[in-house]
Amino acid sequence: MALMKVKFDLKKRVKLAQMLWLMYWFSIMAGVLVFSMGLFFKIELRKRSELMDNNESHFVPNILIGVGLLACFLSASGGKICYDSLDSTKFVKWKSIVKPFLICCLFFNILLIVTAAMCFAMRIPLEFTLAEGLKNGMKYYKDTDTPGRCYMKRTLDLMQMEFRCCGNNNYKDWFEIQWVSNRYLDFSSKGVKDRISSNVDGKYLMDGVPFSCCNPSSPRPCIQQQITNNSAHYSYDHYTEELNIWKRGCRDALVSYYGGMMNTIGILVLMVTLLHIAVMIGLQYVNTSLSTLVNPEDPESESEGWILEKTVKETFTDIMAKMKAMGKGNQVDEGANEEAAATVS
Amino acid sequence: MVVGKMKFTFQKRVKLAQGLWLLSWLATLGGAVTFTLGCFLKTELRRRGEVMDNTDIHCVPNTLMIVGLASMGINYFASRICQDALDPGRFPRWKTFLKPYFGCSVFFTTLMLISVILSYAMKGSLETSLKIGLKNGIRFYKDTDTPGRCFQKQTIDHLQMEFQCCGNNDYKDWFEVQWISNRYLDFSSKEVKDCIKSNVDGRYLVDGVPFSCCNPSSPRPCIQYKITNNTAHYNYDHQTEELNIFIRGCREALVNYYMGLMNTIGAVVLSVFLLQSSVLASVRLLQTSMEAVAGQENVEIETEGYLLEKGVKETFMEYVDPVLKLLLLNQVTPPEAKPEAGATGTTTTTS
Repeated sequence: MALMKVKFDLKKRVKLAQMLWLMYWFSIMAGVLVFSMGLFFKIELRKRSELMDNNESHFVPNILIGVGLLACFLSASGGKICYDSLDSTKFVKWKSIVKPFLICCLFFNILLIVTAAMCFAMRIPLEFTLAEGLKNGMKYYKDTDTPGRCYMKRTLDLMQMEFRCCGNNNYKDWFEIQWVSNRYLDFSSKGVKDRISSNVDGKYLMDGVPFSCCNPSSPRPCIQQQITNNSAHYSYDHYTEELNIWKRGCRDALVSYYGGMMNTIGILVLMVTLLHIAVMIGLQYVNTSLSTLVNPEDPESESEGWILEKTVKETFTDIMAKMKAMGKGNQVDEGANEEAAATVS
Repeated sequence: MVVGKMKFTFQKRVKLAQGLWLLSWLATLGGAVTFTLGCFLKTELRRRGEVMDNTDIHCVPNTLMIVGLASMGINYFASRICQDALDPGRFPRWKTFLKPYFGCSVFFTTLMLISVILSYAMKGSLETSLKIGLKNGIRFYKDTDTPGRCFQKQTIDHLQMEFQCCGNNDYKDWFEVQWISNRYLDFSSKEVKDCIKSNVDGRYLVDGVPFSCCNPSSPRPCIQYKITNNTAHYNYDHQTEELNIFIRGCREALVNYYMGLMNTIGAVVLSVFLLQSSVLASVRLLQTSMEAVAGQENVEIETEGYLLEKGVKETFMEYVDPVLKLLLLNQVTPPEAKPEAGATGTTTTTS
């Protein structure tokens, strides 16, 4: 009892083949889209690799690129097959390849689903990478004279301005590190000496943030220095002052940026999976309808098409039996060889 | 005195029609590109409209949009004409349409050329408009509590950060304006009182700039206040310190940005103009060469095609006369002159 059996006459077969050919064109474009999304994601990760300690994993964008290319290739072949299916002479050469091709498509669809799941799951390792990278980035903010780190200040400043964030978890992270280079500190002045001696590691810590933390929407000129000291500024209460500097931490901002991007890509890959499943089913119908012609000589005869020859349960038991037979076949062969070897020797 | 006379065999006419069909579709695409570029330029000008004093510069994108749409229409008709040209049965129906068509097409093609010239010529007007707009923007920077001006601070800050510039001509413009609102000045402190007394208008002027002037590429944390005072900061010389704040003025930055944009657009529109002119010339040649075939038994004869039947000046007068007459008739005419005008009108139509 076949699964979802449908009767086909010539007109219906032709219509199916044409519709399927059109859908294959869409799936080629979808494959190109997945490829370009993977490329875009890879470039975005590269752009900010300094903030991730050059440690970020490019696994997901690489998989997306590979899957996109594979999708294009499979869709092009599928399109060619169903284009030839309308001509019975041309279809003959494809007959033997169609079944393995369909099995390939099935595995490819499973791969697509796994890729989509990975897109959604990548958020977690990314969060850890960013936390580590931002912490180190802020540590090297002042090292503008150390080769290899001299652009960290610029990178962090531009990032804080672009993503509207300050510090790692929040702006208080800047209070715990020395972000002013020693070259610009007057060690002969009392203020500087007091600050350095008040601290175990001898670091120049202050309750101030870099200018890139300033919020342009603030109605008053930016208060960067002595943020927690209410008396240092007129009409200022740092608990109620919301708009002065950015409140959000950069890890949060970057994770939500990349998370949003990955969610979109994941949803896109799921939609592409649905499209591929549809064309796979369509191709199976085309294949079965062409191989069950009532009168093989007459192309206008009726035929039947189905998704699976038997029901799902029977097909599954069939596959298990085949695999067991293959496994046993190897053992029987070995046994026969041993016996043959024994009889010969 | 015919302008641009050329002989056309049947084969040549066919080739001309086919080439024209392809060319007209390319020119339609060019017209669409022109329209898109006009829209893009208008959007970009509107984005920074708050720092521009007047909207005179908007005539460039407006003209581009009009010309782009007109060009798409002209080229669409050109493709229809050349499709019908080779069929002697279908071609005559275009006869009455062609004269106004050529008039309009030449007008809009000239307008395209004018828009390219305008995009270079409007630089001065743009610069003046930006000068006044930025001056006002800097003046109203502190008025974050005045309705209508409360977003000026945000606009100027974003502008300075995005275009990497400071002030109008340069950063010193900020020294001449009070950019800190009175709400955040402690009038009981000695320092503030001294500062205000030291100047005629009673303004709180500082030799400092807003944080948006800070250059992220600077190796040291940004020095915004007491910029000209070398002793206020350790190891600092404001004459040699190049990277601390942005040196460039915002007017220069914006003018450069927009002129770069308009130069690129001008180059593209110029090439579309050349394409369009060649389409028009080809349609004219096709029309005149097909006119000689009309009514003939043998359609494969050799004919002559020309661009203009008379000289340029005479043709121009021929087109402009009806328009002028229409305008003259619409002007105030004394009632007794009306039947005369009607009589002259009928005499000109019959002649």
